[in-house]
Amino acid sequence: MKHWKKVATPTLAIIAFLAFWEFIVWFNNWPNYKMASPSDLIPAYGKYWNLFLIYGWQTLWRTVVGLIVAVIFGTLIGMIMGFSRAMRDALYPLLVGFNAIPKATVVPVIALIFIGQHDFNTILIAFMISFFPISVAVSIGLSTLEPEYRDILRSLGASKWTIFWKIALPKTLPEFFGALKVSVTLAFIGTNLMEIVEPHGRGLGHLFDSGKINADYPLMFAVLIALAFLGIVLYYIVVALEKIFAGWAERPQG
Amino acid sequence: MTNLIDIKGVTHAYKTENGPLPVLENLNISVPEGDFCAVVGPSGCGKSTLTRLIAGLMKPDEGEVWLHGERVTSPRSTVGMAFQNPVLLEWRTILDNVLLPLEIVPNSMSKRQKQDRARDLLALVGLEGFEDKRPSELSGGMRQRASLCRSIVHKPDVLIMDEPFGALDAFTREDLWQTMHRLRAEEPFTGVLITHDLRESVYLADEVIVLSGRPATTQHVENVKLSGRTDLEVIYTQEATDILHRLRHQIEVAQGRAPEVAQ
Ligand SMILES: Nc1ncnc2c1ncn2[C@@H]1O[C@H](COP(=O)(O)OP(=O)(O)O)[C@@H](O)[C@H]1O
Ligand SMILES: [Mg+2]
Repeated sequence: MKHWKKVATPTLAIIAFLAFWEFIVWFNNWPNYKMASPSDLIPAYGKYWNLFLIYGWQTLWRTVVGLIVAVIFGTLIGMIMGFSRAMRDALYPLLVGFNAIPKATVVPVIALIFIGQHDFNTILIAFMISFFPISVAVSIGLSTLEPEYRDILRSLGASKWTIFWKIALPKTLPEFFGALKVSVTLAFIGTNLMEIVEPHGRGLGHLFDSGKINADYPLMFAVLIALAFLGIVLYYIVVALEKIFAGWAERPQG
Repeated sequence: MTNLIDIKGVTHAYKTENGPLPVLENLNISVPEGDFCAVVGPSGCGKSTLTRLIAGLMKPDEGEVWLHGERVTSPRSTVGMAFQNPVLLEWRTILDNVLLPLEIVPNSMSKRQKQDRARDLLALVGLEGFEDKRPSELSGGMRQRASLCRSIVHKPDVLIMDEPFGALDAFTREDLWQTMHRLRAEEPFTGVLITHDLRESVYLADEVIVLSGRPATTQHVENVKLSGRTDLEVIYTQEATDILHRLRHQIEVAQGRAPEVAQ
C-alpha cells in the first residue's frame, strides 16, 4: 500500500463515522440529553480546552504507568508459566479467577485500602485489568516453542539464559504485541473506572463525572471522544513498537 | 583408523504414564573418523532418540557414548545438528542464521572471519546472493541448505542429521544429496544421517545401519563403498541395486514382515 493511503484510509473512515453520527442525530431530531452530535462537541472543547489538557494528561500518564507495570509483571508471570509445567497448572486457575472478578467491584475495596493515594489506586486498577492478556500470550509463546529450536542451541552448549534471550524471547514478541494492543484499551478502561467510580477530582473520568452532575451532555460526549483519541494514539505507539521489534513476523500480502 | 563415534551397549527407556517405554536396547555403533553413517529403521524405533544421545542432550540409562575418545555426558560444541524442520530464526537474515553457532561456541574468529566463513559456506551450497534475505523468502530446499550451513559453520567433528531431507520433494532432495557430497569434500566432519530413504542412504553413506523395531538394536550393518563415485547415476548401477535389495529385505525383517533367514 502507498504511504498516503495508509493515513488516508483510516482518516476517511473517521470522517465517514462522524458524518453518519451527525446525520442520525439530525435525522431523529434527538435532543442533546439523548445524544450530542459532533458539531456540539466543538464548543465543548473550545470552552474547556485547558481542562482537557490537564485531565487528559493525568489520565494518560497513569494509564501508561499502569501499562508498564502490567508489561513487567505480566511478562514475569508469563515466563514462570511458560517454562514450568507445574507452575502453569498451579497459576492458571488463579489468574483466570482473578481476571473474572469485575474490576468495578474491586475499585471501592482498593480505594478503601489505600485511602487518599489517588495516583497509586488508579495505576493499580489499570495494571490489574490489563496484565492478564500479556501473561497468557507470553506463557503460550514460550511453552509452544518447538523443541528443535531449543535443541539447536542446547547442543552447542548454550545456557538457559542464552536460549531465552536468543530464541524464546524474540519468538514470543509477535504474540506479546498482539496482547499489548488489547491491554492498551483495557488499561484505559481501568484508569477511568477508578476516576469515575471513586471520584477524586482528577483525570478525564472526573471531567466526565462533572459533566454528568451539571447535565452538560456535550461535555460528556466530548470526554468519551477524547478518551477514544488517547486510546488510538497509544494503540498506534504500540503498533510502531511492534514494527520495530517484531516487524519480521509480518508477511507480505499477496 | 580410529573411531570418532563409539556407541557402546546403549540402552534407554522413556518414562511415560504407562510405565517405562524401552526405546533402545544394547545398541552398538562405531563410526570411523571422516565416515558417513546412515541409520535406517522402522518409524518410531528410536532413531531421533539416538541422535539426542550422541549430541549429549540426554544421558542413556545404560551404556556409553564416546566422541573423539571422550565420554559424552553433556552437550558439546564439537557437534552440529540438522533436523527435518530447518528451524531457522525468522527474525534473522540467512547470514545471521548461519552465524548463530559462532555466537555461542567459544572461538577466536574476528567478526570479519566469521562473516567470510558463513558466506563461503552459503556460496558452497548455492545460496550466494541470498545472505540478506529472511527465511520466509526462501523455498523449503533453500531453507534446508541454510540450515546445513548453520550446522557446520563452527567446524564440528560430528554432523548429526535427523531426516534432513524428509520434507522435500524428490528433485529438490536429489539436489541436496549432491550438495551434501560437495560439503563433504570441503569440510572434514564425520556424519550420522537418520533417513527413511534407502536410496539416500546408499548414495550418501559409507555404511548403513539398519535398526530393529522398538526397542531398537543393531540389526544389520551394510558397507557401502560405491567406488568413490558421487554422481547420481551411481544409484542405478548393479552394485547399488544389490545393496538396496539387501537393505530393503532387512527393513522388512525389522518391521516384522519377513523372516530373518530368508534371503
Ligand atoms: N520425550 C519422550 N517421552 C516419552 N516417549 C517418547 C519421547 N520421545 C520419544 N518417545 C517415544 O519413543 C519412541 C521412539 O521415538 P523416536 O526416537 O523419536 O523415534 P524415531 O525417530 O525412530 O521415529 C516413540 O515411540 C516415541 O513415541
Ligand atoms: Mg524421528
